[in-house]
This record gives sequence, structure tokens and C-alpha cells, in this order.
Amino acid sequence: MADPPPPLPSARLARRRGIEFTLIVVAVLLSVYGYCAVGLARHGTVPPGAAGYGAGLGVLALLAHVAVRLRAPYADPLLLPIAVLLNGLGLVLIYRLDLETPGDPAAPIQLIWSTLGVALFIVVVLFLRDHRVLQRYTYVSVVTALALLLLPILFPAVNGARIWIRIAGFSIQPGEFAKVLLAVFFAGYLAANRNALTHAGRPLLGFIRLQLPTGRVLGPIVTVWLLSVLVLVLERDLGTSLLFFGLFVILLYIATGRTGWIAVGLLLACAGAMAVGRLEPHVHGRVQDWLHPFASIDAGLGPNQLAQSLFAFAAGGMLGTGLGLGHSILIGFAAKSDFILATAGEELGLSGLSAIFLLYALLVERGYRAGLALRDPFGRLLAIGLASIVALQVFVIAGGVTGLIPLTGMAMPFLAQGGSSVVTNWIIVALLIRISDSARSQYDGTAAP
Amino acid sequence: MTKYIRRAAALCAVLLVALLVNAARVQVVRGGAYDDNPANRRQSIARYGQPRGDILVGGRPVTGSRDTGEQLRYERTYTDGPLYAPVTGFASQVYGRTSLESTEDGILSGTDPMLSPLPLWNDVTRARNPGGQVVTTLDPAAQRAAYEGLGRRRGAVAAIQPSTGRILALVSTPSYDPGLLSGTGTAVTDAWRRLNAAPDKPMLNRAIRQTYPPGSTFKVVTAAAALETGVVTDVDDSTDSPDPYTLPGSTTWLTNETEGCADASLRYAFEWSCNTVFAKLGVDVGLRDMTRTAAAFGFNDKKLRIPFLAAPSNFDTRLDRAQLALSSIGQFDTRATPLQMAMVSAAVASGGTVKSPYLVERRKGLDGMTVARTGPRTLRQAMSPVTAARMRRLMTDVVTDGTGANAAIPGATVGGKTGTAQHGIDNLGLPYAWFISWAQADDSLQPAVAVAVVVEDAAADRGDISGGGDAAPIARSVMEAVLGFRDGGGDAGGGGDAGGAGGNGNEDGSDNGSGDGRHGGRFRPE
Repeated sequence: MADPPPPLPSARLARRRGIEFTLIVVAVLLSVYGYCAVGLARHGTVPPGAAGYGAGLGVLALLAHVAVRLRAPYADPLLLPIAVLLNGLGLVLIYRLDLETPGDPAAPIQLIWSTLGVALFIVVVLFLRDHRVLQRYTYVSVVTALALLLLPILFPAVNGARIWIRIAGFSIQPGEFAKVLLAVFFAGYLAANRNALTHAGRPLLGFIRLQLPTGRVLGPIVTVWLLSVLVLVLERDLGTSLLFFGLFVILLYIATGRTGWIAVGLLLACAGAMAVGRLEPHVHGRVQDWLHPFASIDAGLGPNQLAQSLFAFAAGGMLGTGLGLGHSILIGFAAKSDFILATAGEELGLSGLSAIFLLYALLVERGYRAGLALRDPFGRLLAIGLASIVALQVFVIAGGVTGLIPLTGMAMPFLAQGGSSVVTNWIIVALLIRISDSARSQYDGTAAP
Repeated sequence: MTKYIRRAAALCAVLLVALLVNAARVQVVRGGAYDDNPANRRQSIARYGQPRGDILVGGRPVTGSRDTGEQLRYERTYTDGPLYAPVTGFASQVYGRTSLESTEDGILSGTDPMLSPLPLWNDVTRARNPGGQVVTTLDPAAQRAAYEGLGRRRGAVAAIQPSTGRILALVSTPSYDPGLLSGTGTAVTDAWRRLNAAPDKPMLNRAIRQTYPPGSTFKVVTAAAALETGVVTDVDDSTDSPDPYTLPGSTTWLTNETEGCADASLRYAFEWSCNTVFAKLGVDVGLRDMTRTAAAFGFNDKKLRIPFLAAPSNFDTRLDRAQLALSSIGQFDTRATPLQMAMVSAAVASGGTVKSPYLVERRKGLDGMTVARTGPRTLRQAMSPVTAARMRRLMTDVVTDGTGANAAIPGATVGGKTGTAQHGIDNLGLPYAWFISWAQADDSLQPAVAVAVVVEDAAADRGDISGGGDAAPIARSVMEAVLGFRDGGGDAGGGGDAGGAGGNGNEDGSDNGSGDGRHGGRFRPE
């Protein structure tokens, strides 16, 4: 390696950049293998773009790796390879689905967005020297986040949800970027106010130990709740709404350690869900689909998206049909985005799907680990928040397409088609790299954070 | 704070486990049910993703596959579609499958476990076997002779090999091209709608799915019953039958189309198709023995498969005596498919045994290996060999001397029976012309073919319709095709000079043999 370590003092931590490099090579090779497998299955030849695809992904990963080496040498060595592998696999799946829709290729655009994502990753790693800087921008973040969230209201709805804006042929989902900003805000706000939130309040009915928070302290959670309901009603974006609220409740619980907050959060969530489920037909339809996925078949209308998705997963079985050999395109228009997991499930089987889930789990676990290792509350909450965004997104969308919970439109991190999502997730990984670098370097005598 | 982070991490772990368990539920536990859901297109995509195996007639495929490059990729094509439609049926992306395409689907589509190189191999590899081939028993020359014989008329022909039950021809006209129903386009839906709405029902397989009143051809059954039960002991003894015959228990008179039926012998009555004699014979035999004999020939059998299901032929089991009289001459509620009447003729030809008719000779994997073979199977004994021999004589007399002269073939023994079945309310519908027969080449040890022909001739004058005139020439050309006489065979019409054949070429050595020539001389038609 080009980083010859000087003779170590006994306390020096291993930096493990070599492991990271090896894993990145493995991730790139796996992606190229998948790309070739699709071509072989479909046309009997290695696709002509295989070398270019491998080179492109490899160069991106290598640049990211160099940035990490330069500016975050203590960073967790698993984060970047997992991101590279998931992004590479996503490109393979989208390329594979492009073969079914020759008029509408999405993989090249996704590659451009991935490049942009990696570029932003490098920018964050290179120029954000200390994550604690972000705490200063707590309130700037929330204002920007709200602006981004409300921006699409000015644009026409797409497929029933008002979450896109279209500029020069590219469609952007500003709500995706808002996730990171909101995580920064929640972390900053809760780190500053956790004592007040923990200890203020009055006992409920005298004999129950649970304390009901005062109105002034209760304010923020109600505000966030109202905002998420607002997002839902104005934009019909159940997923984002759910994510914001869930993220806030988790961070609130971690910051204050009070179970009461979870109870309040669940109550509010239920109230919101009931009200919206009754009043909003879009959401009501989703719940009905979840309860009766085959109702449209019985009604003679053919299978709906969820039924098609279940068929796709079932067709995969244990080992999958093999890349390129499934028929998940039957799902229809969201096959490359919200339902990309169905393609993975059909063509890679339960085994491949479990592997993907475990990759996400590992990513989340590494985020939590970084949070645990840090000392400053803001960094802790930020790391947990970012990791929880990934965890919640994976659960909500994977649970949705497999019929575990009602379907909410949300992008599988790195895997699904969607530029804003890929860029946002690369920024999340960049921030986690930064935080994990701080977390581990603080124990190392040779480098001050 | 650390404690709460750990709890949140535990929550994430719980969510992950929920995802994994649910994925296992969807993909493995419920997987089979989802796969089999009729709305799931994957089965169809896989089914049509490879060329379908072929159906073979006379060693040559009568089907094919065309690659369309669409989602349901391979479409079925048919050579001589209308000719073989009653046998092949259709295989449609939209409307499913019928006939052999349906019953042999496992072989043709490659899903049949017999095609698998090793047991359970395909379950492991998820591979699909290439479609196998289905070899039919059809004789292409006989099939074509029947089809061309019927021409533009509505009707059906069934021909079987008496000794085995192999079906040699199965024709129904008017027919249709099953290739019109292959594929998914609007042309397919239009064709489907048109074929279903057509008044002459081209998709109806008249040879096995349509029952007709068998008319006088049913007299073969009645005669067999009379001989078996001893009601008639000598076919040349005069029967005690009035002309006209008053149906028992009624005032209805039954008359004849021909002269000389009063107290006629069984031989004469059979040759000239005396209604009065057979109506009375049926009553004399009695309901129990008539139904038993009819059932022994295959009537009232609801499970006959060739391998697709044939419509059951009917002989009522509860009849008053007047109804029994009418039923015994193939009227009232008696109904038979052409296949059933071919079986009746075949039973006479093959010494009284009724063989199970079958259409599939062998099933082959794509490598040409036979994976299954169908052999002759005896269904029942319709009558004793002695009775069968006497019935043979009666049937040959019909051709040499009687109403079936149009079926005679030089160089072969031919037995037959004509029929003209009245139907409709007050019998006002146009009658059906029937002819059932069998043929044995003079140099052969056993009959090669038994045929039943029905012509529902909507266009002809009522008086012109007759089994001997309309149906017998068709039967003859089918028999000639099977015997291999087709090229050098004579024209339709001149039947009389084949009379000598009836006297020769009998190997059953029945005691009536000597009498044949005498009667043949006496009643030879002009």
C-alpha cells in the first residue's frame, strides 16, 4: 500500500485502509460479474459495455477511497465498500430492467447521478474536517429542509405524489436531500435541549411514574408531527412523512431516554394515520391493497403492482431465476424505482435478497457503532440519525414491496433508480465516514480530531 | 444515552428479522401458491418461451412453432389445420388448449416429468425440458379421404382399426384452422368470436363430441342382441312381424321404406333395413337385454377418452315398450357419436370385442426416445364370436346385396349398414345420413378398418338423403385409403359387382357362409 505506516507506538489504532481497498475491489468485481451475467443470460455474450462499466465504477470507487485515505484515515473500512457494492448492484439491476424497456434507458442517467454522488462524497470527506461544524447550522438546516420539502408543491403531481421537480429533463426529489438536513437539525436541536426534554414535565395522575411533558417542551414533537402530516396531505408522500416522524421519535428517545416520548409518538402516529387513512384516498388505497393484495385479480382487473411484486418474489424462490432471467418487468412503471427489490428477489432469490438485507444491516450497524464510539452528543445523534434513515427506508420499502406493511413510495438506498436518492445516500455515507473517523481517531494518540 | 442507542439498535435488528422472515414467507412458504395464481403471467411466459413439441401424423409433424419475439414468444402453427383440427385442437395464448393440444400438453410443453432426464432433476435446476412429440395413430390418407369425401357438407367420420382400437381417421366438417387462434393479437380475438358465432359450429368436433340419432345403423346392435339372447336362432327363419307394426301400447303405426318386410327373415330385414322387424325384435328382446347389449357396445359410457373425452352415446334405460321399439331402430332418445358407431362396426369385425379407441400411439422426448406407448386394450365383449361371425355375414350382405352397395370395394370384403335418422320435432328436421362399415382385404387375415360416417346434409332434398347414397361412398374411400386401394380403386356408385367378394375371403367359417352366395344372387340390386 502507498501508505507505509511509521513504526507504531503501542497505542496506535489500525487504520485498515488496505482492507477497505480489498473490499472495494471485491465490490467492483462482483458488480462487473453481475453485469456480465445479465448479458450472458440475455444475449449469450459479455455485454460490450462491461469494461467501461467496470472501469467507471472502479475509478469512482478508487477516487472515493483516495479521499478517505487522505482525510479520514481512521474511518470504518466497511462503509465505503458496502456503498460501492450496493450502488454497483443497483446499476446492474437497472441495466437489466432497461433491456425490457428499450425506449427508456435509465442506467446511464443513474450512472451520471452516481458519479455526482461520489463527487459530493469526496467533497464532504475532503472539506468537512469535523462533523461538529454542522451543529452550528442546526436552524439553517431546518429552514432549508422545509423549503426543499415544500418546493415540489409548486410543481405538478407525478403518479399521484407531489414530490418531484423537473429541471432540464432531470427530475429531482428535493425531499431526499431534506432527510440529511433534518437529521442534522434533529441532532443539533436534541443535543442542545435534551436536558430540558428529559427532566421537565409533570406526573400523570400522581400515581403513574410516567411524566407528561409540559406544553412548551411538547411543542417541538407536535410541530414535527404536524409538519409530517402536512407533507403527507400536501404531497401525498406517505414514505417521507413516516420517515421524518420515525426519525424524530427515535432520536428523541435516544436523547432523553424517556419511554413516554415513544408512547406520545406512537399515539400521534396512530392518530395521524387514522385520520389520513380515512380522509386521503391515496393512502386509503394503499392500505386496502396491503390487506387484500389480490382483490383486483378477483375483481377481474388483473394483478396490481403489489400482487405482481409478490409474484416476482415468489418466482425467485430460494436461489432465484438468475440475473436477467426473471420477469419482474411485469410490475410495470415503478419496477426500476420503488420495486427494484422485487427484481433482486426474483433473480437472486431469497439468498440474494438476504445478502442485500444484511449489507444494509451492516451499514446501519456501522453507523450505530460510530455513534456509540463518539463522545459528543451531537455527533452521536447525527450518526444514529443517519443510520436510522437508512434502516427506516430499507424497512419501509422492503416491508412494503413484500407485503409486510402497507406500501409507501420510497427508494431503496443506492439500489433504486433515482438521482436524488443516490446522491443523498452518498452524502449520508460520507458523513458516516467522517463521524467514524472522528470516533476512532479520538482514541489514537497520533491524530487529533 | 448508550443504553438507549443499544435499544434503538435492537429495534433495527427486530425490523431486519421481520423483513427476513417475511421474505422467506413470500418466497418459499407462499411461493407455490403465488406461482400458481392464474393471474401470474410467468407460467405462460415460460410455457411459450420455447417451441412447443409437435403432433405427428404418419411420421410427419402437422404442427409447428413460429418465433414472434413477443413476451409469449412461440406461437403454434398448423399444416393442414382444418384437416387435423378435430384431432389436434388448438393451442392458443389467449384461449387455452383443446383436444390433443390439451391432453398431451405436458409432453408438448415439456412439463411432463417423463421428459426429465433424472427424477426431480428439473425441480433442482429449474430448467424446462424441450417439448416432446406426440405420435398419433391417424392414417393421413384415410383422414384426407374422409375430409375430402365430406367436402362442404356438414358431417363427421370416425375410422378405427378393429383389432386394436387405433383411430385411423377423425374428421369433422365444416372445420376451422386452429392456427387462427395462435397468438395474442386482435386477429385472434376476432377469429375466436367469429368461429364461436358461426351457425355451422366449425369448432364442434362432430366425430366424438356430437351425438346423433343413429337410425338404422343401430339395427346392428338390435340384431346382435336378438342373436345373443336367442330371440332369433336362424337368420333365415321368417320373423313374426307385421307390416305396418303397431307400436305396443299405442295406436301409432310404424312403416317401412322398402317392400317385403312383413314376416321377413333377419337377413332380409337387415339388408333392406326393415323398421318393423327390428322394432318388434327390440321389444321381443326386452329392455334389460337391449340396454345390456347397447352398454356392451359402449353406449351410456360417460368416461370414454381417446385421450380427450368423447360425448357419451345414449340408450335409455327406462322405456315403455313403444319407446323401446323406436329406440331399437335408433330413434326416440337413442343417440350415438360417429366414434361410437365405428366402435359398433369394429366390434362386429373383430369377433365381438370392443377395443378402447385411442389416438396417441407414442409419446417421444425431443431426442426421439419413446417415453410412453399406448397399446390395444379391450373394453368389453359386446357379443360372442359366433354372434359376431353371423353379424359379419349380415353386414357383408348389406353391401353385396342390399342398401350399402355403394361401399363395395373390389378385392376386399366389406360389411356395412346404412341409416337415415330422422330427428327434430315431429321428425321435420333434415334427416341424417349414416353409414357404418368395415373392410378386410382379401389377402388379409383380419379386417383393417371400421368406419362410421354421418352426413347432416342441410342442402339436400329430404328425400335424397340416405345412408347408402350420401355416406357410403365416403366410407368406401376411407376404407380404400386404409387398405391401400386408393390409387387403383374404382369410382363411387357401382357396387353390385363386388358381390363375389362377400362370398370369398371369410376366415370365420361360419355356418351361414354357404348361404351367402345364394342370397347374394337373389337380391342383387340392378
